[in-house]
Amino acid sequence: MGFFDTLFEIIRLSLFVAIPLLVVALAGLFSERSGVVNIALEGIMVIGAFSSAFFMGIIYRATGLDGNWLFLIGIVIAIVFGILLSLLHAYASVNMNANQIISGTALNMFAPAFVVFIAQALTGYSKVQYPANSFFISETVFSNIPVLGPTIFSKTFMSVYIGFFLLIVAYIVLYKTRFGLRLRSCGEYPQASDAAGINVRKMRYIGVIISGGLAGLGGLFYIVPITGNYDANYAVYGYGFLALAVLISGQWKPFRILVVALLFGFVARIASMTTLIPFLENMNLSTELLYTIPYVVTIIVLAFTSKNSQAPKAAGEPYDAGKR
Amino acid sequence: MSDKNNIFKPAKNIWNKGMNRLGKFSKTDAGESILSSILAIIAGVMFGFLLMLIFVPSDAFGGLWIIISGAFQKGNESFGNFLMYAAPIIVTGLSVGFAFKTGLFNIGATGQFTVGAFAAVFVGVRWTFLPDGMHWMVAVLAAIFAGAVWGLIPGLLKAFFNVHEVVSTIMLNYTAMYLVILGVKTYVYNSLYSESASVVSEAVIPKMGLNLIFPDSSINGGFFLAVLAVIVIYIVLKKTTFGYQLKAVGYNKDAAKYAGVNEKISTVYSMTIAGALSGLAGAIVFLTKAGAHISTTYSLMSQGFDGIAVALLGLSHPLGILASGLFFGYIKNSGFYLQSLSFSKEVIGIIVATIIYFSALSMLFRNLVKKIFAKHVEDVKGDDQ
Repeated sequence: MGFFDTLFEIIRLSLFVAIPLLVVALAGLFSERSGVVNIALEGIMVIGAFSSAFFMGIIYRATGLDGNWLFLIGIVIAIVFGILLSLLHAYASVNMNANQIISGTALNMFAPAFVVFIAQALTGYSKVQYPANSFFISETVFSNIPVLGPTIFSKTFMSVYIGFFLLIVAYIVLYKTRFGLRLRSCGEYPQASDAAGINVRKMRYIGVIISGGLAGLGGLFYIVPITGNYDANYAVYGYGFLALAVLISGQWKPFRILVVALLFGFVARIASMTTLIPFLENMNLSTELLYTIPYVVTIIVLAFTSKNSQAPKAAGEPYDAGKR
Repeated sequence: MSDKNNIFKPAKNIWNKGMNRLGKFSKTDAGESILSSILAIIAGVMFGFLLMLIFVPSDAFGGLWIIISGAFQKGNESFGNFLMYAAPIIVTGLSVGFAFKTGLFNIGATGQFTVGAFAAVFVGVRWTFLPDGMHWMVAVLAAIFAGAVWGLIPGLLKAFFNVHEVVSTIMLNYTAMYLVILGVKTYVYNSLYSESASVVSEAVIPKMGLNLIFPDSSINGGFFLAVLAVIVIYIVLKKTTFGYQLKAVGYNKDAAKYAGVNEKISTVYSMTIAGALSGLAGAIVFLTKAGAHISTTYSLMSQGFDGIAVALLGLSHPLGILASGLFFGYIKNSGFYLQSLSFSKEVIGIIVATIIYFSALSMLFRNLVKKIFAKHVEDVKGDDQ
């Protein structure tokens, strides 16, 4: 393989890591911009991944439906279950003024245990099977255009297009609509928003619900390119937390989040594809050492980008109308 | 008045007296927290029961009974095992709780625990040149040191680079997991079982008399180390200037800074001590004869996450952590017996998560406590007049 072929191949595969991270970081973005810290992203991803894999498997076996119509159904299921779990977080952090980190941690503990319990209670196994191969898009009409053809428009999944689409939608919603302005104001100065007639609690509920839907979807996007045999025991390997790191490194801004997610996906892919890169292969690094690279790189990136943190000012604080 | 009422009267009196006492207790700060924690526990266990009832109705009552009676199922063996499971999570609970006191959320207990475990096992397997009596102590110290280093890193990152400790410690958890697996494979590998080799018997923490009380259990002196850690942390937090400074940073970073506390150094100290504690927990688990080996499958060790639950339910108070650590050790131990029915031990995980969720809703439960005792507290006032 020539240099460019290798590069394109790595980019194509790195999108499978970057897109779920992007979608889940956008999930965190909506929640935090409304003023609710959502570290439950990991748990919501697990629920989204498991529920959609489980139901897609059932539908496939019952009706024989596969391909991207089934994938679309899976998307709806992932979003619905993600929202359901996030409602628990919204109730705790908006209605009950609970500590948002504790509530999120509880959901992160709950989700992986719950899916294993459910899987074993219903099927006797911790694994669920679904026809992931049939979601694969081997070529499109754009496959022959240079650069984008081999990276985005062939041998890919629909999740890649939906991911980019969601990024644009998120940007427009947050920055070009009245709703977005209001949502962001609730994360900065909720007391002022309240005084201006905005229902802060309602906006935060909406923020967390959008977050839940996106994180559930991110869970599905994470597992589809990896396997058609999802093992509930393995959850999502901390990708919800990685998405949180992407959100922070991206300074809570949609397009910066994209850049960080792409970078991260690229690094993670290079680490797992050393056989394609002679220079890295010659170094003969052990698998485990390569696996640490994404996490170590994240820490280093955070060290350089956290100094001037531009976090929403009111994120993490329960809304107290008495502070107006 | 009928006879019936007379029969019930003494019982009713005792009930009322008891409720009055509890009512008074619920008026104090500690009482309110403790009672709302207990309500959260009851709600969590009930939720687990409900799940079992929905999915496997025939085994649900048996399951509930096992959860409640777990440690008494097999006499001294199960009771000793319950204390054995409690010991490490008391210590990881202390680790998380100690960091909490300084306003830091140490999700990294798992990673610190893992490197501690590796250090203990490494010394326990390889450093056979050590004198017999000292070997286990050196192994424990090595674990504490390794954990401390793994806590120092996020401490430094937080203090000097403003990296949020939640994110950095999570990254370090995965880093620790992979590095430790690499370390195990390189230095102390038992390739037959794909896990770490057994530590030599001189490196096992001595039983310290516990074998006389629990002859059938594999519990060892690690439990005493856990209690010792509780006492030390209690003294540090309550009786020393150093502990006071750390807490001051936790309450209000700016006020503490104004009062002359170096909040950056405090952050570093706090995370380092938290890491050292989690490292100790790693030694407690793996310096045993019971066949605890570091597995080389890619999954995070659970004791660190249990520590988060322990600290949250124990309200980060050392004595509260001791109590909640014992509680979680108890139901974790029950989880193993639960597998004799058709349930996976994840039921316990669900119960733990539910308890933590409910304890996050402390406002709800505090109001509930007030409601339950409202009538009785008024009665008390009536008595006073």
